[in-house]
Amino acid sequence: MHGLENRKIVIFFIFSLLCFIFLVRLFYLQIPDNQYKLEASNNVLRRVIIYPARGMIYDRNGKLMVYNEAAYDLMVIPNQLQPIDTLAFCKLIGISKEQFIERIHKAKKYSRYKSSVFEKEISSKSYAEIQEKLMYYPGFYVQWRTLRKYPKSIAAHLLGYIGEVDENTIKKNPKYRMGDYIGMSGIEKSYEEILGGIRGINYLMVDVHNREKGKYLNGKFDTLAVSGKSMHITIDEQIQEYGEKLMQNKKGSIVAIEPSTGEILAFITSPTYDPNLLVGRARSKNFPELAKDSLKPLFNRALMAQYPPGSIFKLVDALIGQQEQVLFPETRYPCHGGYPLLGGKPKCHPHASPSDLRGSIRTSCNSYYSYVFRSIVDKKGFKTFEESYTNWRNHILSFGIGKKLGTDLPHELSGNVPSVEYYNKYFGKNGWKSSTIVSLGIGQAELGILPVQMANVMCIIANRGYYYIPHIIKKLNDTPYTKAEFLKKNHASVNEKYYDVVIDGMEMAVQMGTAAASKIKDINMCGKTGTAQNPHGKDHSVFVAFAPRENPKIAIAVVVENAGFGGTWAAPIASLIIEKYVTDTITRPHIEERMLKANLIQNP
Amino acid sequence: MRNTNNIFGNIDWVLTLLYLVFVFIGWLSVYAAVYNEEHQSIFDISQRYGKQLLWIGTSLLIAILILVIDQNFFPSFAYPIYAFILILLFGVLVFGQVVKGSKSWFEIGGFALQPSEFAKFATALALAKYLSTLGIRMENLRTKITATFIILLPAVMVLAQNDTGSTLVFFAFIFVLYREGLSGNIMILGLYTATLFILSLLMRLSTFSLPFGITLSGDWFLIGILGSIALLMYSITRKIKRIWIVILLAWIFSAGLIFSVDYIFEKVLEPHQATRINVLLGIESDPKGAGYNVNQSLIAIGSGGFLGKGFLEGTQTKFNFVPEQSTDFIFCTIGEEWGFVGSLFLIALFLTLFIRIIIVAERQRSTFTRIYGYSVASILFFHFMVNIGMAIGLAPVIGIPLPFISYGGSSLWSFTILLFILIKLDRDRLLVFR
Repeated sequence: MHGLENRKIVIFFIFSLLCFIFLVRLFYLQIPDNQYKLEASNNVLRRVIIYPARGMIYDRNGKLMVYNEAAYDLMVIPNQLQPIDTLAFCKLIGISKEQFIERIHKAKKYSRYKSSVFEKEISSKSYAEIQEKLMYYPGFYVQWRTLRKYPKSIAAHLLGYIGEVDENTIKKNPKYRMGDYIGMSGIEKSYEEILGGIRGINYLMVDVHNREKGKYLNGKFDTLAVSGKSMHITIDEQIQEYGEKLMQNKKGSIVAIEPSTGEILAFITSPTYDPNLLVGRARSKNFPELAKDSLKPLFNRALMAQYPPGSIFKLVDALIGQQEQVLFPETRYPCHGGYPLLGGKPKCHPHASPSDLRGSIRTSCNSYYSYVFRSIVDKKGFKTFEESYTNWRNHILSFGIGKKLGTDLPHELSGNVPSVEYYNKYFGKNGWKSSTIVSLGIGQAELGILPVQMANVMCIIANRGYYYIPHIIKKLNDTPYTKAEFLKKNHASVNEKYYDVVIDGMEMAVQMGTAAASKIKDINMCGKTGTAQNPHGKDHSVFVAFAPRENPKIAIAVVVENAGFGGTWAAPIASLIIEKYVTDTITRPHIEERMLKANLIQNP
Repeated sequence: MRNTNNIFGNIDWVLTLLYLVFVFIGWLSVYAAVYNEEHQSIFDISQRYGKQLLWIGTSLLIAILILVIDQNFFPSFAYPIYAFILILLFGVLVFGQVVKGSKSWFEIGGFALQPSEFAKFATALALAKYLSTLGIRMENLRTKITATFIILLPAVMVLAQNDTGSTLVFFAFIFVLYREGLSGNIMILGLYTATLFILSLLMRLSTFSLPFGITLSGDWFLIGILGSIALLMYSITRKIKRIWIVILLAWIFSAGLIFSVDYIFEKVLEPHQATRINVLLGIESDPKGAGYNVNQSLIAIGSGGFLGKGFLEGTQTKFNFVPEQSTDFIFCTIGEEWGFVGSLFLIALFLTLFIRIIIVAERQRSTFTRIYGYSVASILFFHFMVNIGMAIGLAPVIGIPLPFISYGGSSLWSFTILLFILIKLDRDRLLVFR
């Protein structure tokens, strides 16, 4: 290899040249008196986080439901601390000397170089005072933040609250840092990505007197904070507020949905709490108190309470019976104060008998639906009883009962429709038949349905056969916005043509049946009462409805726990909300007054 | 022969000493980078610096092991080792763990191993073995193709693991090929193409206003400048016969290259791929991603000043949140705490290492050892170039470790193996003629 030895010179040269370039660059970075160097050795660089303002939340009509208010955190960087007049400082902040020592210790333990919060959310008044005297206290500075504010004190569970991120979340999502706020529940949680915004960072030069000397290198490394996007939600603030008022001193839930879109109009759970209680530093005091409360105000009944539906379930049975060709509008079954074939059980209340399909809905006949249920699950043509039961259960699931609907709210449960496996385990294989589980047919036994699912069933009936997944998002930054899954029609397994008979029955129930006391003038409401037996005391009062019959605008489910007959409490409350929503007036002030005044919480 | 019984006899003490100094600096730097008040003991195994000490200890064992192995082992087993590593690389694609987006780790009982680190020395051995075979001449096209194949095969498999940084390291072998007779023109052509590619990417979105109200797009501006350079070159060399044809063709080739960049960028690449390249080149900013780390690194190094802030006194490196502080961005700890003087010392130390390796390589009678020596120098140099270049904002953010300094077991082991095979081969240089 002749002459190749000289090539080592070339390689030497390339290696040396790069080292030289590196040294020139390092010289330029490190030596000249300005650029990247911190000037005097006493100066320090302070990394100030610019927290983004969270997005505002508006209702469907553009009324502001959540906004932000400024707050100030006092921060400390332990390694910049110098001997100070501790007593004067403690007086300024309003803490004891012991607290001071403890907090400094805690901050040092976290990090000597990174800043930590010394005192959260100091008021604007003490902020002004502290700001003035801050130059005597090197190592301390004030960090601007925002707090949530709720002008109306409503919809606490729906809106949710925010809190500091925990370590698990930080590990999973490195976007978050210690001290960031994040949505913990409700809309704040499910739309965290949208509402949260992006934090910015400013590098400030600070001199020995704790005075900010301006931006480091004219802000070359600074990043801007990007505020969260504002959101319009589908809630009607007026209805929400009215519903919460009607539910005062009652336990239960109301869910109202616009059937033609799946937009949730009202989402009420009672007892509730003032969302302003869980803001900022008040949260650490108020949250445990709310959690201890025996009425469970933090429990979101609309999405998490699984009620036996009671008689409203008969509507679904009536639809499935027709689809399965075992029930026709003219079908009549006898009732003798109970279901005759099983010795008068389930029991029934006095009413004209025998009735046809429409009449059975109007009078809510238990005996009739025991016949219907058994005729569905004992239908010929299936190999085994298990198969025919599964067939019935699949019909039920197609109505969005017993499975998660997939709303855009966190912590949604699925409800319960017992499976074949469950009964096999409970009674043994072949140890159960239609007579064993006949109370399923009238909405009792192991059935568990969420209020949001009840309202959704009303949407299906109002739409004659389909629903959109109930959801809460309407607009982002003032532009209509929704998700693809919320635009999709979900069909129940019952054909469109079977609905009108059932709707006839519901109309009759309101005009001259179980809910006749809740008739609204000029609005044709179709509804069904339910009185759900439960092991925890008095029956739950349940009512589902939609209105008007043609072009339905609202579908609603009301549950009042331990209040008794469905027609007495749930139906009037639903009728008031419907009237308010459709006509914006109340024509029956006496009913309204009775509902507002009622205290139905049992004092144990 | 002398001292064949003593495993440390006759080894190159300069290289060995340099190695020990490097790992010591590395250990201290990892300590400084992750230093916190609760765990002050530098021997604390729960912390990275304690673990690094473990890696250093095991590396020394590996070094001794390499020194005692039979002298013919590495030349004889070059191909089997290469094949074994290829199997591992394939295995990691199937069974590997995904860490930071790259599927390049084996996890065996809480212990992570990265085969791509070991592919470097294996490729060096295979390349040395092939090029030192009797009758193989660099001038032959077949030799070039085979050599390229030996280098690219593991490189492609590493790329498939989505580990771009480690893939690029394989380009370092071009120095080896050059030393062994690859035409310098190919290197220059490659360099020219790469430069032009990056330049046109940087300039394609800007426009230039010239006098007389002429506005040019970045592409045309670049072509214009190249045209002027071509004219200048022609005016100097016009005495050579038909030189204008060569210059004209080169200019047309360059123009074609510039426009193909546009085409590739807009038609071939997916939008997110284009964005990634833009971020890499600093055309788009990504303050939360790669750009954030570089900013932090520049602040830290710049704040070091002439003498630095002193050991463990660095504020910026602790103050910031760069996650790769002890691995990819280890240099900013050194820059901040030891200042320009410390940086100068470290760079001088690396240059000494490179030069010493080349000296060692050049004194070999065996072609195999010389080629292997050059491979070692090239690989170490490439890591040094990209890692420090990235920390001082001269190279795009490509996560590869600084040899011997960065935290990490696999990388320290692989660099130790890489260097000590050379020391071993060099010690035995008088025993055999290969």
